[in-house]
Amino acid sequence: MNLLVPRRQVTTYDEVTARIKRKRLLMTWGVTTLAVAILSVWLMPLAYAGVTSLKTRSQVADAPILPTEIATFEFEDRKYEVFEVPFDDGDRELALVTRGRETSEFVDPSDPEAGLITWEGRWRTLEPVRSLSLAWGNYPEAWELINFPRLLFWTTFYATVTLFGAVISSAFVAYGFSRFRFRGRGVLFMVLMATIILPPAVTQVPSYAFFSWIGWTGTWLPLIVPQFFANAYNVFLLRQYFFTIPTEMEQAAAGDGAGALRTFFYVILPQSVPALTAVSLFHFFFAWNDFFGPLIYLVSNRDIQPISIGLTFFSGVYDSEPQLIMAASFIPLAIPLVIFFFAQRVFIQGIVITGVDK
Amino acid sequence: MATTMVKPAGWGRLRLDRTRPKRQEIGPLERRRARAGLLFISPWLVGFLLFYLLPMVASAFFSTLSFQLATPDEAEFIGLGNWQRALFNDPNVWRAWIVTLRFAVINLPIGLVVAFGFALLLNSDYLRSRNLFRTLFYAPSVVPFIASTLIFSQILNSQTGWVNRLISFLFGIDATGVDGIRWLDNPTLIPLTYTFIGIWGLGNAILINLAGLQGVPTALYESASIDGAGWWRRMWHITVPMVSPVIFYNLVLGLVGLLQYFLQPFVLNGTSGYPQGATNFYMIYFYKQAFQFAQMGYGATLAWILFFVALAITIVVFGTARSWVYYSAEQT
Repeated sequence: MNLLVPRRQVTTYDEVTARIKRKRLLMTWGVTTLAVAILSVWLMPLAYAGVTSLKTRSQVADAPILPTEIATFEFEDRKYEVFEVPFDDGDRELALVTRGRETSEFVDPSDPEAGLITWEGRWRTLEPVRSLSLAWGNYPEAWELINFPRLLFWTTFYATVTLFGAVISSAFVAYGFSRFRFRGRGVLFMVLMATIILPPAVTQVPSYAFFSWIGWTGTWLPLIVPQFFANAYNVFLLRQYFFTIPTEMEQAAAGDGAGALRTFFYVILPQSVPALTAVSLFHFFFAWNDFFGPLIYLVSNRDIQPISIGLTFFSGVYDSEPQLIMAASFIPLAIPLVIFFFAQRVFIQGIVITGVDK
Repeated sequence: MATTMVKPAGWGRLRLDRTRPKRQEIGPLERRRARAGLLFISPWLVGFLLFYLLPMVASAFFSTLSFQLATPDEAEFIGLGNWQRALFNDPNVWRAWIVTLRFAVINLPIGLVVAFGFALLLNSDYLRSRNLFRTLFYAPSVVPFIASTLIFSQILNSQTGWVNRLISFLFGIDATGVDGIRWLDNPTLIPLTYTFIGIWGLGNAILINLAGLQGVPTALYESASIDGAGWWRRMWHITVPMVSPVIFYNLVLGLVGLLQYFLQPFVLNGTSGYPQGATNFYMIYFYKQAFQFAQMGYGATLAWILFFVALAITIVVFGTARSWVYYSAEQT
């Protein structure tokens, strides 16, 4: 800055707006670039899983990023590796035929008729030419090894059956808590909410003993039946939503002689589709993720295990085959992601309701 | 929160009548409505009795028994024997608590700060196509934990993982060798490693923080700016206090979740506690005792200890809330 020139005292309106605009533009660029940078780190594991699932066993160790293979060229019935060879007039990609200490002989893959080319220098200093080679075979292999259709079937079965049970029962309970006055309603609702903080471990041991006594271990029953009795998260979310529905229509229905059950089914439920969808989605993701319950009840019965448990045992056995584990992880990962992208608005709203209103 | 208001004469009596209804004052319609309400909540009432209350009572009873699931006939009453064993004679319990609490102390602050930071970024007025960014930042949260755990453990693999390769590339050191950074094998690094492994799970916390930020009235920022407050001051004196209820909610849920941390260490190391017991979290030990060794009595005792620890920590956290969580008047 030139200190001898006095600063101008007067700034025009246009100058100020121009300065503000410039600053805005700069900030927009800066913040958006930062977001892109952070996002690429945030999603990097997805890229890693995708890329690794297409590598061969040796590429996992040798090829740092992409699944690449050292290119080879077949010359006179033998395979030779291709290297980047520097010449005075530029680099050429040549296949190394005879390896020598100071001079080596190459052949040009694009023009093998030309015969051997002699190059002076140490071949060990040359960079090998790598070309992309995707091992798509990992997917069918993992699919077969882990018996995916069976795992998928049981996971989907569990998710859908309990989805109906949990959503319908929770809707009933939420309606009861939102529209009726009865003794102890406040206390009961507090108790319901308190079950969120209660560690499941406290009830798990005797439940397990009981279910094993009646012979339910090794079946899905101990995991499915309790879901039909509502749960705190769903009830809370649905109750919040029911509060926003005006009561006029219910009063009109009651005036027409409809009972509480009829009103619930024909007035409340049709108006609650967004909330019911959100709760269903949550439940689906919960069931897809559920781990501890299936682990303790289904550990003895390999034939009906869900993905979460199947994949755990698979990763233990195929510890030394990372590419197969990545291929196996990609399939259960893709399904919730696709569902999320189609239903993100409903989904995100649901999380915000439970988080902010509580 | 309690609200005080000026009441017109006669209101007090009215309120009293409503809070303490006498039986004969309830009309037949109200009684029918009350019965219908109880019927509607009956699924939960039954479920609560069957799957919460009864098992809890049974669990308390179990904790006084020496009870192997395989030999129920030999179960015998041993009073507080299990409690004595867990609290005084079994060093593994204390070790498991140290592992678990150390992890919580490292994981929670990182999680809270990262979630808040991401929410700030996604709430910025300067961010282009905000909705796209919000969707993409949230997306990994729907990835099943089993898949993300396996993926992150590969990324942190000391020889072939991208993290060590990136560190080697950026800083010119050999992080991938035997003397490199052994994320999954070095007991000291384990809390940090497992924080990374679970980082995708922050999606919900980010969203809730974001909603909290959107709820801050812009008028507050405007008047603060006019008073000459810079970005940092506005952050500390407006943003953080205004979203502190959200941070508190995330803290409580995070704590309760971390005390029951199980899936990630179990998927990667089973119940071995590798390396050197550093992944022997409390739930892992509970699982081993209750379900692998089928010790129902001791397992129930360990579960109750978990309950009391969770309760104590929750009470302490709620106790501190008064001094740092700010509830504005309209949120009462």
